[in-house]
Amino acid sequence: MSSTGQISGEFFLSGDEACAEGALAAGCRFFAGYPITPATEIAEHMSDRLPEVGGTYIQMEDELASMAAVLGASWGGLKAMTATSGPGFSLMMENIGLGLMLETPCVVVNMQRAGPSTGLPTMTGQGDMMQARWGSHGPYSIIALSPASPQELFDLTIKAFNLSEKYRLPVLVMSEESIGHMYEKVTIPTREKINITPRRKPNVPPQEYLPYVPDDDLVPPMAIAGEGYRFHVTGLTHDERGYPIMTAEAQDKLVRRLVDKIEKNRNAIIEVEEDGIKGADVVVCSYGISARVATVAIQRARALGIRVGMFRLITVWPFPVERVREIAKNIKAFVVPEINYGQMALEVERAAAGRAKTILIPHMGGAVHDPETILDAIKQAVK
Amino acid sequence: MKTTAIARIGAHPLDEYLRTDRLPHIWCPGCGLGMILGTVLRAIDKSRLDIDRTTIVSGIGCTGRAAGYVKLDSFHVTHGRALPFATGLKLANPNLKVVVFSGDGDLAAIGGNHLIHAARRNIDMTVICVNNFIYGMTGGQLGPTTPEMGRTTTSRKGNTEKPFNIPYLVGAAGATYVARWTTAHVRQMERTFIEALQKKGFSLVEVISPCPTYYGRMNEQATGLDQMRYYRYNSVVKHFANLADVDISLDGQIIVGKFIDIDRPYLPAPKGENGK
Repeated sequence: MSSTGQISGEFFLSGDEACAEGALAAGCRFFAGYPITPATEIAEHMSDRLPEVGGTYIQMEDELASMAAVLGASWGGLKAMTATSGPGFSLMMENIGLGLMLETPCVVVNMQRAGPSTGLPTMTGQGDMMQARWGSHGPYSIIALSPASPQELFDLTIKAFNLSEKYRLPVLVMSEESIGHMYEKVTIPTREKINITPRRKPNVPPQEYLPYVPDDDLVPPMAIAGEGYRFHVTGLTHDERGYPIMTAEAQDKLVRRLVDKIEKNRNAIIEVEEDGIKGADVVVCSYGISARVATVAIQRARALGIRVGMFRLITVWPFPVERVREIAKNIKAFVVPEINYGQMALEVERAAAGRAKTILIPHMGGAVHDPETILDAIKQAVK
Repeated sequence: MKTTAIARIGAHPLDEYLRTDRLPHIWCPGCGLGMILGTVLRAIDKSRLDIDRTTIVSGIGCTGRAAGYVKLDSFHVTHGRALPFATGLKLANPNLKVVVFSGDGDLAAIGGNHLIHAARRNIDMTVICVNNFIYGMTGGQLGPTTPEMGRTTTSRKGNTEKPFNIPYLVGAAGATYVARWTTAHVRQMERTFIEALQKKGFSLVEVISPCPTYYGRMNEQATGLDQMRYYRYNSVVKHFANLADVDISLDGQIIVGKFIDIDRPYLPAPKGENGK
């Protein structure tokens, strides 16, 4: 460890620990959380490590408070995050909405377990993918990432912080118990090899500053408390001054921009992994732990001579509609294994728009798919 | 542009602290919130706080609107969550002076859990609790402080629940400074705010405030003046009173004064000699 508390090198880490180290490497200096399986280890690791890098850990009274404190810390000038699982994610929806409305950079990690309700606390699931997209009330767009290994939990947590600063919103890391509790080799680069997106600071003097005048990419620069900008922000519909305006016109202008700043920049945001798509008859579209399990089925299918491709969502929201539509033109079917009863499969179906079939391989949670069930679906798809 | 009466009169002494372009405010005639906000701003002024580092956080409700009128860094957040938001803000930048404006419903009902935990942690902030015994913004419903037999639109025959005694509650939870005044005690309130703003740790000032539109009208104090008169003739100053005895009833005495002023470790912890 360096004198600044930074670490680099090769480590044997759980996904939860890798996530925490990714946050620290990204410059996260505030964590507010509440214990919940299977995300507790992230809070534990942060409570040990944050003081070493001059940061602050606080355990709040619940997830409502955790999310509120993260937003407060971000406006206080720190990069901030929280980590939770399904039941806590439900409680955070309230202030994720506030974060979207105030345009507050921060990161929320959801180590998904099997739901609904308390469900299977120690066992895996992917049932919160649509909640990630639509869980807070009102129209909005969001960014969510899905890592498939502890290394990716490290890398994508950094990416989540960078996206949150670039587009000024809470960015979600939608992982699963399986990855959070998985131990693998994780390479942590030296500090100078990690790209960090700084906060977009105001480029006008305080007396000219209006909190919600956007730059060309629709994202406004952000003042923080205590620097003399003397700004007001509110969860009410507001104008460029941050003042509440109770009209349909103000609502239209604000909400359109909040959605458009993501949707119009979607090509810069979206990251996917493709393998063997060209010439494929069938493509497996998956994410997270399910994508990892699917690679076994794909290898077996290829050994049988089936032309099968892999399309892995790294960015799950915004969804890569255009690319899925393009692939759909040249294949018979998408096979979509996910640990729920069909969530991202609905997006694949929507994007494919009838050009290719969408075959959902659901799993209700508590375990990952048997690769054979995915292989059977691949075989069916090419018949 | 039309010359308004305000423009002809010239600047108000508190204009420096107000978003004058947002006035007039939305509060009803006879409401106590204007008096309380004015008193807080005078206290901030007299305390000679660095106003660039003074921030206001508020939740939802009539009181929640206070943050929108002050020309300070100010945050109007979700219902009940002003305290945890303010906790994050203060821990992220300990140099900030954080003041939370919150109504009785915002603070003691939906935010009640955050209230006791912020007091327990002894977060260094000042909370102004405006207690009008009712939910005003939504049209006069039963709140966590509505006195027994108090009438509201959801307790038309009288409240049958025991209300929270807020000073007793936060005192038990660990607050280091607790006081109560009514809007009929503007000078005392100002001195108390100045003290609370200087206090290191969790300070809470409860201000009993008229809501003639709902609470007063439904409980035989039809105007703001009636409520102010009630406060004037029924308040009893009892510094360091036994907090178990400061319950508020529909037509009884209102015990006011400074109730708690103690010291204990607070968050964020002050920096030591080595700057850490």
